[in-house]
Amino acid sequence: MAPREKTPRQPMPEQEPKVRARNFDEVPLGYSHETAIKEAKRCLQCKKPKCRQGCPVEVLIPQFIGKIAEGDFAGAAKTLKEKNSLPAVCGRVCPQETQCEELCILGKKEEPVAIGRLERFAADWERNEGKVEIPELAPATGKKVAVIGAGPAGLTVAGDLIKMGHEVTIFEALHKPGGVLVYGIPEFRLPKAIVQAEVEYLKSMGVKIQVNAVIGKTRTLQELMEEDGFDAVFVGSGAGLPTFMGIDGENLNGVYSANEYLTRSNLMKAYLFPEYDTPVARGKRVATLGGGNVAMDSARTALRLGAEASICVYRRGREEMPARSEEIHHAEEEGVQLNLLTNPIRIIGDEMGRVSGMECIQMELGEPDDSGRRRPQPIKGSEFVLEVDTVVIAIGNSPNPLIPATTPAIETSKWGTIIADEETGKTTMEGVYAGGDVVTGAATVILAMGAGRKAATAIDEYLKGK
Amino acid sequence: MFEIVSKEKLGPAVFRMDIAAPDIARKHQAGNFIMLRINEEGERIPLTVADKDAEKGTVTLVFQAVGKTSAELAELCEGDSLLDFVGPLGKPTHIEKFNGVVVCVGGGIGVAPVHPIACALKDIGNRVISIIGARSKELLIMEEEMKATSDELIVCTDDGSYGKQGFVTEALDEVIRREGKENVALVVAIGPVPMMRFCAKTTEPYGVHTEVSLNPIMVDATGMCGACRVTVGGETKFACVDGPEFDGHKVDFDELTKRLAMYKESEARAMKIYEEASHGGKRCWE
Repeated sequence: MAPREKTPRQPMPEQEPKVRARNFDEVPLGYSHETAIKEAKRCLQCKKPKCRQGCPVEVLIPQFIGKIAEGDFAGAAKTLKEKNSLPAVCGRVCPQETQCEELCILGKKEEPVAIGRLERFAADWERNEGKVEIPELAPATGKKVAVIGAGPAGLTVAGDLIKMGHEVTIFEALHKPGGVLVYGIPEFRLPKAIVQAEVEYLKSMGVKIQVNAVIGKTRTLQELMEEDGFDAVFVGSGAGLPTFMGIDGENLNGVYSANEYLTRSNLMKAYLFPEYDTPVARGKRVATLGGGNVAMDSARTALRLGAEASICVYRRGREEMPARSEEIHHAEEEGVQLNLLTNPIRIIGDEMGRVSGMECIQMELGEPDDSGRRRPQPIKGSEFVLEVDTVVIAIGNSPNPLIPATTPAIETSKWGTIIADEETGKTTMEGVYAGGDVVTGAATVILAMGAGRKAATAIDEYLKGK
Repeated sequence: MFEIVSKEKLGPAVFRMDIAAPDIARKHQAGNFIMLRINEEGERIPLTVADKDAEKGTVTLVFQAVGKTSAELAELCEGDSLLDFVGPLGKPTHIEKFNGVVVCVGGGIGVAPVHPIACALKDIGNRVISIIGARSKELLIMEEEMKATSDELIVCTDDGSYGKQGFVTEALDEVIRREGKENVALVVAIGPVPMMRFCAKTTEPYGVHTEVSLNPIMVDATGMCGACRVTVGGETKFACVDGPEFDGHKVDFDELTKRLAMYKESEARAMKIYEEASHGGKRCWE
């Protein structure tokens, strides 16, 4: 290979903050061919690539980047897909800065290779060129696997198992497959057409998807195994019940869980009301509670729904915010205000039961708590009222209880998560595996996919022994 | 797609539809509900289920055309299909043989979801007294069906055009006094929110347990979004997974009423646009 050119990490063009804060189109615009090749050539092609260790699904990172550097984009996409069935998604929503890119050797002296942007580039190129190849499937094994939940974990399991020759049916409770990729992550961060394309890809390999199927209600897990002839089941039913603060006024009109706010806007397309039937409050002054990615998504959605002020209220400091720095950066660029070290005490309503304000208290950071983050403490006498008409609560979810509640053989932890082996996803019920948020509690897309990958391998092993 | 296999008009803007949904028909129990979405642009709405036929694989809905989605639903004909149909959702009604009489109260189209509950309570051997009511005679539904499943049926209309004149609450109060409060094991009341609230108010002084079936706004209806939260006994509950039935003496009806009005303006706007687009052709209304 030619000696490496000393080029800086290539930025990705984005929509102007002022413009994009008022539309739902995707924010980053992607690399051009030239930029992608330039960035790919920065890769040192390490013999023992550290970056791969940071990837929960062990993407062949130097290999696919090498193909891009050679201009072989089809080859790059193919290499990516050997390990990752959703590269266009991961290229957009993975926290690369704490995974692959964090371990990139280049990052020690300069900036790491933009692995995520290159992943996105290769996957987009393949899709846009219409050159998506269906990989070779192993000979049919005659074994049937049911996958519960068409989110990142379920889609990964399905993609892996179908390639191994098993018959796969995904059962999805909502009317569209994709899970959090369609109901949670907004269009401007992950266009729904991309999720749709990934789902179509799985279908083209033979994966069956049944929507409107609430396992635990429409069918139970036992029925799938005992009556419908499924040899194994993967449970990837995701996060469920949204967490509320437990403060006064949370049931006022205008208070949403982030799940509801985002589901209305994304899945139900409330931003297109009245063309679409589902409404959502178009608040003028919107407070989002929380400091994670979901809070950033909500605060940025509020702007796009026409908010004059979108205020993110978080009880700790900026350093403690769990959101990706890129998301915080994008949100601030667009005009989201961060009210840090601030904790809501109560939500105030008018006589119609509508939100009219939120009383907050200033916080200061004390000693570190169990999570290692400094514990916020209220400052006496610092109460103040924030004038808002909409409040979105984005402080997390507990796991969806439907499956554990109707499947006694599956044991759960005291938090309601399904107990599953970390390496295999094996649950306490024979032939049943689980992964993603229903096991870990709310986490990331890629961690769910990683769990799906491991479970698929374990299910394959299990089926071979049957 | 879920086909509408039959449709019948029960009264002014009140319809009965049988939907082909074999998986749901097989699993449905009294007290469950379903979610439906008519088309790609549609919203997801919860509807209680009036009946099911596991053999035919159908689920029976009874609904009133009040907003855009229900008006659009009312315009569909036999042979048309719904895009999405999900269920059975929520917890089924707790059915047991009680020591004492059971009173089933249905107001307006609330008679429809009361019917399967009355049947289940009757089938297990309870003595069932039913009270059904409507504003006037033409709005009264399912009288024959309710008669067939009840040991005694009391019919009321607000305007006195049929049966007793007065509210179901008055008849309920009379039944409890006549039977003796200690002999009434359970009251199940389903109907418009004010009707359920006043039924609960009627039974409260007697200490007679009263179950009401709540109908808050829902989006996913599987416990994921929290739109349907209601306050029961001072605690927040999700009607879609914790309900829809709750102890009527503990429900915060004020809050429920306000939350149901959350999208009033949007709903009115959607309805206006819908009517102006001259969809209101009442295609199969008669």
